[in-house]
Amino acid sequence: MEPIHDPILDIRGLTKVYPGGLKALDSVDLSIRRGEIFALLGPNGAGKTTLIGAVCGMVRISAGSIHAFGGDLANNWRTARQRIGLVPQELGFDMFDTVERQVGYSRGLFGRAPDRARIEEVLRSLSLWDKRDEEIRKLSGGMKRRVLIAKALAHDPELLFLDEPTAGVDVELRRDMWRQIDSLRDQGVTVILTTHYIEEAEEMADRVGVIDKGRLLLVDEKEAMMKRLGRTEAHFVLAAPVSSLPESLRAYPVTLAEDGAVLSYRGGDGTGKGKAEVAAVATALLQAGIAFTALDQKESSLEDIFVDLVERQGLAA
Amino acid sequence: MINWRSTYAIYRNELARFRRTVFGSIVSPVLTTSLYFIVFGAAIGGRISEVGGLDYGAFIVPGLLMLTLLSESTSNASFGIYMPRFTGAIYELLSAPVGVVETLLGFVGAAATKSLILAAIILLTAMVFVDYTIAHPFFALIYIMLVAASFSLLGFILGVWAEGFEKLQMVPLLILTPLTFLGGTFYSIDMLPAPWDKIALANPIVYLVSGLRWTFYGDSDVSIGISLGLTLGFLALCIAIIATIFRTGWRLRT
Repeated sequence: MEPIHDPILDIRGLTKVYPGGLKALDSVDLSIRRGEIFALLGPNGAGKTTLIGAVCGMVRISAGSIHAFGGDLANNWRTARQRIGLVPQELGFDMFDTVERQVGYSRGLFGRAPDRARIEEVLRSLSLWDKRDEEIRKLSGGMKRRVLIAKALAHDPELLFLDEPTAGVDVELRRDMWRQIDSLRDQGVTVILTTHYIEEAEEMADRVGVIDKGRLLLVDEKEAMMKRLGRTEAHFVLAAPVSSLPESLRAYPVTLAEDGAVLSYRGGDGTGKGKAEVAAVATALLQAGIAFTALDQKESSLEDIFVDLVERQGLAA
Repeated sequence: MINWRSTYAIYRNELARFRRTVFGSIVSPVLTTSLYFIVFGAAIGGRISEVGGLDYGAFIVPGLLMLTLLSESTSNASFGIYMPRFTGAIYELLSAPVGVVETLLGFVGAAATKSLILAAIILLTAMVFVDYTIAHPFFALIYIMLVAASFSLLGFILGVWAEGFEKLQMVPLLILTPLTFLGGTFYSIDMLPAPWDKIALANPIVYLVSGLRWTFYGDSDVSIGISLGLTLGFLALCIAIIATIFRTGWRLRT
C-alpha cells in the first residue's frame, strides 16, 4: 500500500499490555486518511475498543506513538481531543437528564460555545428533536444510542470513532445508522468504526482493517481487498456421477465431491478470472459429454475473507 | 491553558444534577440540623448553663455547621465523580479536552458551591432556634469556603477510589461523622477530663470546629493559626493526591 500523505491519524508501534500481562495491542501501525470511512473488523476481544481507547484517552499506552491532525497526541491532546468525537459501545450517560441538556453539556465539555441552533440541527438529524425534553431513561434502546451519537456530534468533530455502533440494534435502526454515517461522510467527517458485522463494513467502508489478538492483520481498500483475496466458488451438479475428471479439466482447480455427483471449482483472484474459468469448465464438461443439471456459483464475501484471515492467524499462533 | 468552557460545562452539569435532587440535597440536611438544634439546643441545652461564656445553643452552631459542611462536601463530590464511573459516562470526561484543573474546578467547585448554599441555609435555620452572632463574618466566609473546598477534594478522591456505593458511604458515615461528634461540636475540649482533653487533640476535626468557632465568637479551643494552617495543609495534600491520580490515571484510565 502507498503511504498516506498527511493522515488525520497516524499510529506507530502502538502496544498496550494490561497489568495482568494481556497484550491487547501488539505493535499496531495504522494511518487514516482525511474524509474516509475506515472499518476495523475483528472478533470480540481482538483489541478494537482498546485501540479506540488509546486514541481517545481512556487507555494508557505501553509503547508507540499516536499523531492526530499532524501533532503528537501526547503533547497536543487538548487541541486534538476538541476535534475528535467518540460513540462508545456501551450506553453511558446521566439517565435522569434530558436529551437536549445532555447534548448541550457534551458540546460545552469539548470547549465549544453554546449554540442551540446547532444542537437542534444535530437532534433533528437523528430524529431526536421531539424527544429533546424527555429524560434519557424513558427512551427506547435505539433512541438512547442516537443520544450517544448526538453527544458525540455536538462539538462538530472532524474525526469520529464509532465503537460497534449497531451492536444489538434492530435492522431498521442499523440501516438508519448507516444513512447517518453516509451523511457524515458527505460533510467531510472522517469516521473510524469498529464492528464485527461484516455487512456493515461491506456497506459503509472505504478501507478495511482486520485485527485479531491485538495485531493488525491487514489494511486495504475494501474493493482491493475483495479483488486480492476474493475467490470464486462454483458447484456443478452432474447428471450422472463420474469416477474421474476428463483431461481437459486438469488445468483448473476442480475436485469431485459427493461420490462424483458434484464437481466443485474453487479459484480465481477477485479480478474476474474465477468467473471466466467457471465458464471454461462448463464448456469443457459439455465438450467431454458430461451433462450437469444445476450450477451454484458465488463470489467470496468480505466475511469469507475475514474468517479466512482470522482462522489462518489462529492456526499460525 | 485552562479550558474555561469545559470547566463551566462540568460545573453547570453538576449543579443541574443537584437541582434534580433538591429534596435529598437541601431539605434533608436542613431537617437533620433543625432536629439537632431542637434536641441539643433547646431540650438538652436548656439544662446546660453557658459554655465558654456562650449560650449552649449558640455554642453548637459552628460545630453543627461544620458537621453539615464536612459530610455534604464529601458526599456531593464523591457522588459527582463516582456516578459517571458507575454509569460508564466517564468515557466522555476522559476523552474531552479537559485535565485535572478543569475537572477539579468543575466537580469540586460545584460540590463546594452546594455546600456554601447549604451553609447559608443552615445559618438561617439556626436563627430560628438560637441567637448567635458572627464576630468575623469575612473570615467565617473564607474559612467555610476553605473547608468546603478541602472536603470536596477529599470527596473527589473517595469517588475515584470507591468501587461500590458501600465504600462511597464508608468514610463520611464511619469516619467523618464520628470524628465530628467527638471533635468539639457539642462541647468544649476544656470540658473533657484528662487525659481525654489531650487525646482529643489528635482528632483533626477538633481544629476545624475550633477554627470556625473562632470566626463566630473570637474564642476557640486551639489557636486559629493552627486551625488555618492544618486546613490549608489538608487542602494541599488533597490537591497533590488528585494530581497524582490524574498523572497515573489510577482508577480512571485502564
